[in-house]
Amino acid sequence: MIVVKDLVKRFGELTVLNGVSEHFKKGECVCIIGPSGSGKSTFLRCLNLLETPTSGEILFDGVSMTDQKTDINRMRQKMGMVFQHFNLFPNMTILNNITLAPVRTGLMDKAKAEQEAMSLLQRVGLADKAKNYPAQLSGGQKQRIAIVRALAMHPEVMLFDEPTSALDPEMVGEVLDVMKALAMEGMTMLVVTHEMGFAREVSNRVLFLDEGNIVEQGEPHNLFYNPQSDRLKSFLAKVL
Amino acid sequence: MVSSLEQYTAWKALMVAGEPTTAWQKFYVQFYQAFIENDRWQQYINGVGTTLLVTLLALLLGIALGIIVAVVRTAHDQQRPGHRNPVLSVLNAILKVYVTVIRGTPMMVQLMIMGFVIFASSRNYVMVGALTLGINSGAYTAEIIRGGLMSVDAGQMEAGRSLGLNYADTMRFIIVPQAIKAILPALGNEFIVLLKDTSLISVIGGKELLYAARGVVSRTYEAMYPYVGTAIIYLLLVMLFTWLLGIFERRLRASDRR
Repeated sequence: MIVVKDLVKRFGELTVLNGVSEHFKKGECVCIIGPSGSGKSTFLRCLNLLETPTSGEILFDGVSMTDQKTDINRMRQKMGMVFQHFNLFPNMTILNNITLAPVRTGLMDKAKAEQEAMSLLQRVGLADKAKNYPAQLSGGQKQRIAIVRALAMHPEVMLFDEPTSALDPEMVGEVLDVMKALAMEGMTMLVVTHEMGFAREVSNRVLFLDEGNIVEQGEPHNLFYNPQSDRLKSFLAKVL
Repeated sequence: MVSSLEQYTAWKALMVAGEPTTAWQKFYVQFYQAFIENDRWQQYINGVGTTLLVTLLALLLGIALGIIVAVVRTAHDQQRPGHRNPVLSVLNAILKVYVTVIRGTPMMVQLMIMGFVIFASSRNYVMVGALTLGINSGAYTAEIIRGGLMSVDAGQMEAGRSLGLNYADTMRFIIVPQAIKAILPALGNEFIVLLKDTSLISVIGGKELLYAARGVVSRTYEAMYPYVGTAIIYLLLVMLFTWLLGIFERRLRASDRR
């Protein structure tokens, strides 16, 4: 579904991604772990071109994301993204946060979008917050709304950029539960995370990134209990 | 019972003759001739009408220009590397010249050039004045709006674009509304400056409030009441609009309530 070929990203002198190649299949839930500064978030943000890759190619359903002729807005509609800091739109109600993109991109009309938004809100247990503003919600609630907002576009893949890192510990669970349910339904998910528990239990595959390279990857139990590289061993020793 | 006009005429005669008069008589005469004689108050009212009309027109033009300039300049600065749009670069260069020239020359000089050079043959001084003030205000408003657009968290643009919204929609529905809330105090300031700067169009013949006062002064040879009266009218107008802006600001802050 997503093929990454020799992806390089430099910020000036600093090389953040050093030729990453990877293939993500439909229905996979892949967690990307690694120390801070290893390029995890940059990798994820390159996939929907929030960061412009320095070189390399990204194919999404066979369409090159980096091609100048590609309609990037159309492609992004198929890739939902959830951010560390939620990035809800503070100037609109929760309902408008969710329906804005589906309506404006012509995916569905207002009535249909609202109906769908309400049923999605129901699913995450926040239907009573539809008329509220983001400032009135807790962090965990905001992040669940952010997930719903991305889902409202019917994406083929969901990108999660450290979705629980900015949350109070007691709110992490409610967000991970939503993500877990999503993975169970077969949504293709790429998750940059520090939640090793989630990576171990929910993901099909874990990538370990360090200094802009995929150092090691594999099925989670294997990777966590039988790490091969010294770099992963020392990383796991610190976080587990 | 003497009428006010008879009273005025009698006391005026005393003053002209150099007879001793009381402070009350002096006040009565000067106030009467500044505002009441020959229904002069109508001139002030008409002047206020013109002042408000020019302010409104200049404000609308200024905000329209300001938004265009700010959005083009911000869009130019936010282009992805390797995706430079040549049209945007040319526009950006032109708009930079516009902002530099307008901010770099006095408003009075701009008015005189517009009134006596570019539109020298036009009799419609009010419209020329409104146009000049609008163009002037646009340059300042543009920088205020640009500051507002830049103050919105970059994550908002990323969130909008990641949903597949295009740049224009993200700006229109997400960035600009938040920017407006942030810049409202500065915009209010610009609006007040604009309201007061309309007094400058009297130099090219625009019949606004100060023009009316000057007309009265030149007829009565008495400056205090017309000019102080004018100052008080401006002050009241500014206080009124400050109050209205405060209400508007509170309404915009509705989404902040917890």
